[in-house]
Amino acid sequence: MSLGMNNQNNLIVSVSPHLHKDESITKIMWMVVISLLPAGLVGVFIFGMNALWVVLLGIISAVITEGFLQLLTKRKITILDGSAILTGLLLAYNLPPNVPFWLPIIGSFFSIAIGKQVFGGLGQNIFNPALAGRVFLMASWPRYMTTFTKPLNYDAVTSATPLALIKEGRVLENLSYWDLFLGKRGGCIGEVCILALIVGALFLLYKGYISWHIPITYIATVGLFTYIFGTKGLLSGDWLFHILTGGLILGAFFMATDYVTSPLTRKGQIIFGIGCGLLTAIIRLWGGYPEGVSYAILMMNAATPIIDRYTKNRIYGTQ
Amino acid sequence: MKKFVKEFLRGIIRENPTFVLVLGLCPTLAVSVSLINGIGMGIAATFVLLGSNIIISLIRNVVPDRIRIPCYIVVIATFVTITEMTMKAYSPALNRALGIYVPLIVVNCIVLGRAEAYASKQTVVNSLFDGLGMGVGFTLALILISGIREFLGAGKLLGHTVIKGFEPMFVLGMPSGALLIIGLLLGFFNVLKNRKA
Repeated sequence: MSLGMNNQNNLIVSVSPHLHKDESITKIMWMVVISLLPAGLVGVFIFGMNALWVVLLGIISAVITEGFLQLLTKRKITILDGSAILTGLLLAYNLPPNVPFWLPIIGSFFSIAIGKQVFGGLGQNIFNPALAGRVFLMASWPRYMTTFTKPLNYDAVTSATPLALIKEGRVLENLSYWDLFLGKRGGCIGEVCILALIVGALFLLYKGYISWHIPITYIATVGLFTYIFGTKGLLSGDWLFHILTGGLILGAFFMATDYVTSPLTRKGQIIFGIGCGLLTAIIRLWGGYPEGVSYAILMMNAATPIIDRYTKNRIYGTQ
Repeated sequence: MKKFVKEFLRGIIRENPTFVLVLGLCPTLAVSVSLINGIGMGIAATFVLLGSNIIISLIRNVVPDRIRIPCYIVVIATFVTITEMTMKAYSPALNRALGIYVPLIVVNCIVLGRAEAYASKQTVVNSLFDGLGMGVGFTLALILISGIREFLGAGKLLGHTVIKGFEPMFVLGMPSGALLIIGLLLGFFNVLKNRKA
């Protein structure tokens, strides 16, 4: 019998995992970057070339900071794994289009240096780095962070965001849901065009890079809460307006779903999404700021370790 | 003499109360908004440390062990009251800026920590140099933190504009800025210490 001899090389003893997929951090990061491109292109179309410079400066500064800090701490240089590029991109998407050129540079530096590298780099950070950078900029230079450009008007005319107008108690006229859906409003570069964001999000959902649990529960909670506690009494809120404005879609699909800073289990992710939604709606309706997505996600990031502790999957065969 | 210099220097570098012992963070976080506040707080705490260390070292053999903490607190509170009254008389603006944090020096853990860990076991002269060193170390740390915060957070130093056209980061003037700066400085000094070791 020569069978055993011939097949000897096929019997390989190795430790688990035995099933491999060709996914890697690098591939996933680049896929998320690609899925974000449509929103950025529309943002540049709506707000003009200045938006493009903000995005490019954010990305370049994030990559340089990452490389420099890894060089300084003598760690492996991983600037091409896409994570720094994604952080810079997301930060820039969260900035108004006409900020001074140094704002995305400092923001990206803060995101990577304080938001990520001081914790030990990719996978160790507690908070979403891009949002940490945004909140830092918001607290440091609120004047620039709340001056928005009028859409489709390339002369740098400023306008407030719909949410800021609502906060001031003003009525919004000539702003239809279609305008909001297509992005014809004042806002941050990457958050305005809901259509482009949903295209990217569907791609990520289809490829399985993100699951529906966080984004859908997040958006549904915001919709439900703002519907119940409307300005004209209970159950009268303009829920569609609240879903289509602000950074909710960008935050729910691309930032709340960050692997590092969100819970691991499905149950935990649902709790996370509902928590984000509640905090966002509460800040929007009664808080001091017009928009609460970034704060809501950061607060739930802080709660992630606790959620993970109480939603552990039962190990098969244990009580 | 060399020994006294060593006692003095220990509080500034090797056992710096803020960056190595990590004591007295409450006033450090609260008053380090501007350089003048930091210097004022540092001098006030140094005076209290110096006085309480000397007195506690003097009475260390007559105080019964079981009630030593209340006795130390009385001594410390006396010096804090002297400091507060002096400050109110000669520098009311600074006193207003530091507010509640001047009387709160009574419960500053650096002061009680030195009393319990050092002055109650050492000679008067040693305690004097220890108190002085710890006080100066605390003051230098406060100057560093409040200098960074005032420069970056308000674009000023001692109330004067330093660079024209500089856009200050408001966040560093807020409590979160204090935590950020202290955390980064602590990390920086730990890196230096580990590199030396």
